[in-house]
Amino acid sequence: MSKKVAVFRREHFNAAHRLFNPAWDEAKNNSVFGKCALPHYHGHNYELEVKVTGIPDPTTGYVIDLKNLSDIIQRTVLEKFDHKNLNLDTVEFKNLNPTAENIAVVIYEILRPELSADQELQIRLYETPRNFVEYPA
Amino acid sequence: MVYLTRVEHFNAAHKLYNPEWTLEKNEEIFGKCANENWHGHNYELLVTVKGKPDEGTGFVFDVKRLSTLIREQVTEKLDHRNLNLDVDFMKGKMCSTENLAIGIWQQLQPHLPSAIQLHAIKLYETPRIYVEYFGE
Repeated sequence: MSKKVAVFRREHFNAAHRLFNPAWDEAKNNSVFGKCALPHYHGHNYELEVKVTGIPDPTTGYVIDLKNLSDIIQRTVLEKFDHKNLNLDTVEFKNLNPTAENIAVVIYEILRPELSADQELQIRLYETPRNFVEYPA
Repeated sequence: MVYLTRVEHFNAAHKLYNPEWTLEKNEEIFGKCANENWHGHNYELLVTVKGKPDEGTGFVFDVKRLSTLIREQVTEKLDHRNLNLDVDFMKGKMCSTENLAIGIWQQLQPHLPSAIQLHAIKLYETPRIYVEYFGE
């Protein structure tokens, strides 16, 4: 059998952030980002869905061992972001606005080297139950 | 008697940190929640009132008025805020979900008409963690 299958692992992390462009003044930040620019941060329960697509290995039947995928996400993503302030505590967002879009791209770039070349990767990130992004689109 | 619930939500930063303890003790008790630069949540708030449906309207309480009341007294003060730094009714308190539920009760209770009673505050900190407060 050589049919492609997508497998998913769902994880979550809680973090504080604010949306702020340091090249703009406070008034412009407030007009563009609204309450999300407030100086003392706010936060979210982020729900992360990692999708890996590939042809199941003929010896195991797995696209990827989901326990391994879970361990990789835990080690490379959750330990970095969980219960952190994305603006202050992470190198990834020192100079990058931590929007859901940018967080999804960063998580993709963290995870991509952990997978083999024939495993496709897609990230879906929920910032709230009603707001979510996907990368690659 | 009918119980009427309005669901609202807000996003906020906080940390669990007792200023009377050392950093080590805070980290021992609160773990990652003590992170000095805050973390945050999508809070889901359920406010339940109880009363007899009014004969004229059929309502226990106009739920639009309840929503406005929750917004004015609670969520406008909490949404996109830092619970430890920005919220008048949490000043000097530990920002646990338990204390936040009690604080929300105290914010709302004086503003409800006498014909209805506040029954419960149910507050989700995450989809898997919530507290309930019944004013006891």
